[in-house]
Amino acid sequence: MALVTGGSRGIGAAAAHALAVDGWSVALTFRTGEREAAEVVAAIEAAGGRAVALRADVTDPAQASAALDDAREALGGPVLGLVNNAGVRDDDLAVSLDDERWQRVIDTNLTAAFRLVRDALRPMIRARFGRVVNIASVVGPRANAGQANYAAAKAGLIGMTKTVAVEVARRGVTVNAVAPGFVRTALTADLPDEVVDGVPARRAGTPGEVAACVRFLASDDAGYVTGSTLYVDGGLSA
Amino acid sequence: MSTVTAEQVEKVVRDALESFGAETEGVTLETTFEELDVDSLDLAELSQIVEEQYGVVLKGDDMKQIASVGDAVSMIVERI
Repeated sequence: MALVTGGSRGIGAAAAHALAVDGWSVALTFRTGEREAAEVVAAIEAAGGRAVALRADVTDPAQASAALDDAREALGGPVLGLVNNAGVRDDDLAVSLDDERWQRVIDTNLTAAFRLVRDALRPMIRARFGRVVNIASVVGPRANAGQANYAAAKAGLIGMTKTVAVEVARRGVTVNAVAPGFVRTALTADLPDEVVDGVPARRAGTPGEVAACVRFLASDDAGYVTGSTLYVDGGLSA
Repeated sequence: MSTVTAEQVEKVVRDALESFGAETEGVTLETTFEELDVDSLDLAELSQIVEEQYGVVLKGDDMKQIASVGDAVSMIVERI
């Protein structure tokens, strides 16, 4: 059974679909998109899969912990797959970025992800199997003016991914990151089309293309892949 | 007063060590985790097993204080 945070839309929704196709029962969390989350669940079920939507603000430790418990109860098994996808951005130049906006992005994109990894690892270690996929970004390893907070969080996520990966590798638990480039979702809806001019592939990626990588990293075939970051960016970071 | 005996706890610890791949034949209470090639991740899992079995929470600092099988058994029995 897998838990996908921020699974009501965009990359999270696509990842939930992709995992369900591979036979994972999927619990997806949402914060505000109840209707969208229900639609994702309905679509997965219509395709013969099993899914449940859970309302949770993963930046709240109690809600994040409850989401893991609720997922286990709703789907009848331990969470052996975790996709840390929930994320926010709040852009500004560093000189104008106040503490609150810095912290909100770090809390959601990095701290919340760490807490879920920590708590999810326990049953994975016991089961001698687990798959963690953290949705990072090309921003972090790569500069992007106006996103010091987002870049710090995503670079931190990649660093955390590598270290946790080596800590648990001998228990059959893999921890990897997927780093999307410019993908058309609600998170990037305000960005102009010209952004793709700087992408070697000259187009935006799709949530499905990112989800395909999540699906692979969560599969049995990827059992020897751990601590890696898979870039899905049309060549942007090449 | 606990009804759990030290022998029962020792059995739980030995079973855990075996599940980590340690060779437990000939192991005594004096055997150290270093001798058994039991590392920090194994000890973290042992603490999880103990919590599930007895509801006793052993934190990271607690685990740093135990070096041998006997240390572990004593600490767990004390906390039950």
